[in-house]
Amino acid sequence: MPRVILAGCLCLQLIPALAGVEMFDFNAQVPEQRYMALIAQLRCLVCQNQSLADSDADLAHDLRVEVYEHMQQGESDQQIIDFLVQRYGDFVLYKPPLKPSTYLLWYGPFFLLGIGLLLLARNIRQRGRLAREADKFSPEEQARIDALLADKPRPEDKEV
Amino acid sequence: MPRFLRYLLPLALFLAMAALLYRGLSIDPRFVPSPLVGKPAPSFSLPQLENPQATVSNADFSGKVSLLNVWATWCVSCRAEHSVLMQLAATGAVPIYGLNYKDERPLALNWLQQFGDPYHVNAFDADGRVGINWGVYGTPETFLIDKRGVIRHKFTGPLTRDIVQRELLPLVQQLKAEQG
Repeated sequence: MPRVILAGCLCLQLIPALAGVEMFDFNAQVPEQRYMALIAQLRCLVCQNQSLADSDADLAHDLRVEVYEHMQQGESDQQIIDFLVQRYGDFVLYKPPLKPSTYLLWYGPFFLLGIGLLLLARNIRQRGRLAREADKFSPEEQARIDALLADKPRPEDKEV
Repeated sequence: MPRFLRYLLPLALFLAMAALLYRGLSIDPRFVPSPLVGKPAPSFSLPQLENPQATVSNADFSGKVSLLNVWATWCVSCRAEHSVLMQLAATGAVPIYGLNYKDERPLALNWLQQFGDPYHVNAFDADGRVGINWGVYGTPETFLIDKRGVIRHKFTGPLTRDIVQRELLPLVQQLKAEQG
């Protein structure tokens, strides 16, 4: 029995770890998982590098309540996201939407990767050509080789 | 590739990158552009701070150029902004409506008594729901609303004498000249 009580006390310690979580009544209409997933992809505008789920700011608290109440009214995730974007702009989203002003953001890295691959391919081909050329002997070298191969053993070789 | 390009191209790329990043240094990451600029002011109806029986609504903005200043007694920079608002109100250039945001009525009334009241009237937004509708994320914020009730500009952070002289007043003159 003391162990159970101890375990219970230890579990209580976890409560402050859930930073700024309100006591909401989750049910079929508002499943906790869906709520958690939604507030994790929305940005707190005060702390900026924290999601609504992580932030303990006053505004984050208000926005969590707002999200919960919208869910209670049966709105879809997209409707709630649209509601917030209309008021706070795309900045409220952690994942920026794909549109002309964000093309550079979304496609830029792939563009740079493409350039990198092109340069790499060029470099590899050039190295291959150089290596093949290095294998060949110049006319002078070839002449000397031919002479050596055709020649009888040289005097110094005889001594061995 | 010509030999000089081999040296100039990386230099050009470096300079372009440096210019981009240098510009980034002077951008305030706290500034979030409001999507509400150019849109009709979100509708609301709230009790007045001064008289809980009377209401303020966005209908009050129609037919004239007006400012809506979001403030609270717990907001330190609002205190810094207050004297600027007092000066602006004294010129009579534009009526200032207040949105008293997530505040307590006695504290807010006391503030106006102590430091002066630059506001035409104040809406009392106790739970901050109207604030959310207006996209408020950091007090003080000031919205400039035109004659048709459309938000035309948003100032985030405390107004200064400089901002009022150089940005706000010229904009107010411009909006006043527009057809209602």
